[in-house]
Amino acid sequence: MIRRVLFTPALVALALSTILTLPAFAAERFITVQSTTSTQNSGLFDAILLQFTAATGIAVRVIAVGTGQALKNARNGDGDVLLVHAKPAEEKFVADGFGMKRFDVMYNDFVIVGPAADPAGISGGRDAPKALTTIASKKALFASRGDDSGTHKKELGLWKAAGVDPTGASGTWYRETGSGMGATLNAAVGMAAYTLSDRATWIAYANKGDFEIHVEGDKQLFNQYGVILVNPAKHPHVKAADGQAFIDWLIGPAGQDAIAAYTVGGQQLFYPNAGGE
Amino acid sequence: MQDLSGAFAEAFRLLLDLDADLMEIVGLSLRVSLTAVVAAALIALPLGAALAVTRFPGRGAVLVTLNALMGLPPVVVGLVVYLALSRAGPLGPLGLLYTPEAMILAQMLLVIPIVAAVTRQTVEDLRAEYDEQLRVFGVGPMGMVATLLWEGRFSLLTALLAGFGRAVAEVGAVIIVGGNINHVTRVMTTAIALETSKGNLALALGLGIILLLIAVAVNAAVMTVRRTPRHAVLA
Repeated sequence: MIRRVLFTPALVALALSTILTLPAFAAERFITVQSTTSTQNSGLFDAILLQFTAATGIAVRVIAVGTGQALKNARNGDGDVLLVHAKPAEEKFVADGFGMKRFDVMYNDFVIVGPAADPAGISGGRDAPKALTTIASKKALFASRGDDSGTHKKELGLWKAAGVDPTGASGTWYRETGSGMGATLNAAVGMAAYTLSDRATWIAYANKGDFEIHVEGDKQLFNQYGVILVNPAKHPHVKAADGQAFIDWLIGPAGQDAIAAYTVGGQQLFYPNAGGE
Repeated sequence: MQDLSGAFAEAFRLLLDLDADLMEIVGLSLRVSLTAVVAAALIALPLGAALAVTRFPGRGAVLVTLNALMGLPPVVVGLVVYLALSRAGPLGPLGLLYTPEAMILAQMLLVIPIVAAVTRQTVEDLRAEYDEQLRVFGVGPMGMVATLLWEGRFSLLTALLAGFGRAVAEVGAVIIVGGNINHVTRVMTTAIALETSKGNLALALGLGIILLLIAVAVNAAVMTVRRTPRHAVLA
């Protein structure tokens, strides 16, 4: 009796785990790309990656996190290719020996969005630091990514250019969400706060409410994306050949055309510019 | 409010379509969480029962720790598993990061304390109840553990369901160790997080409704199992 008592659950468990593990995942040829939330949330990867896979037979697995986390993960060797948007940090990544050569891939720009009521009165401006100074002086709500992402790094640079240190006001009018671009847009819409977004995520974002773009067109709002192969000398398991094939495709005619062809609601989200430095 | 009513419409539409992507995500969610619960049970049931029938110095501290671990934040477990499985970590050479297996491991760690703690309490209560009979029959410690686990099986089933609920509902751990990779490691909760960040709130909530339906289905299936005739062990 006791024996049966012991074995019934064990048998059930064994049967269950067998059933559950049977549909094993096909051992496909793939590379892992550490990238940013903007490239995923905007739908770009869904649109172009299948074309690369069809051409080469290499599947692309994308880990979409903030640029800071993507750089850290890539340093740990948890990816073959890095595709992010924070040039100084990318150059440091290469200089520190973690990455091979860095290539420009594409660009778009950042925009300052906010509620239609425009409580700080910044609408129509083309000077981003000046707009931020106005927001700070009026203590209008501003939602910051606060997550060491590429967008966050850009925002901190703009505050610096404005000569304002908003971190002292954190928790009052300056609110750090510590989340991705989409989550931060959700928070900004929820509390009617201004925020800095990359244009791609903004255009593809579906919960805009009465939000609109207030400031755009400043040269300082330029947003460059770069791609880097993780250095196989640091991490021998890196799939250097397949990773390089992806980079070559991305900065070659096929990839550049695919990037240019991706639109949401008739608007182009990313502008290819490989071949620059 | 629009999003709320829209969510039900989305959930209904997704269910009617039997969208292939959705089925894949639901299948992976079930596969990961059920495997995690089964694996956790294999460890936690004997562990909890052993803690119930043994006495040793420092046992009180062990029990407090075990009970406290029920509140382990998923994101912390995810971080620890990430650091262990990362290429730079001790288990890096296994190449398990960003795979369903990594997600199973993380959820297993979340479920073990829940099942072990409830098992410990259940078996201890039953032991007090059956103490005399167990002694009369001269049952040894191993037999006692087996008998008490069997006697407590309905409570333990509830513990397993609680563990399953924890596993299938958490997002903090699987999004770090799985990476939310489309067609590879995307499960219900990470898909909901992704759709929320895209601002597709109705779709995200629709997925949430489907997740709830899955939990109801799993619990209903277990209820059916419970209804099967019970055999008296200590007759």
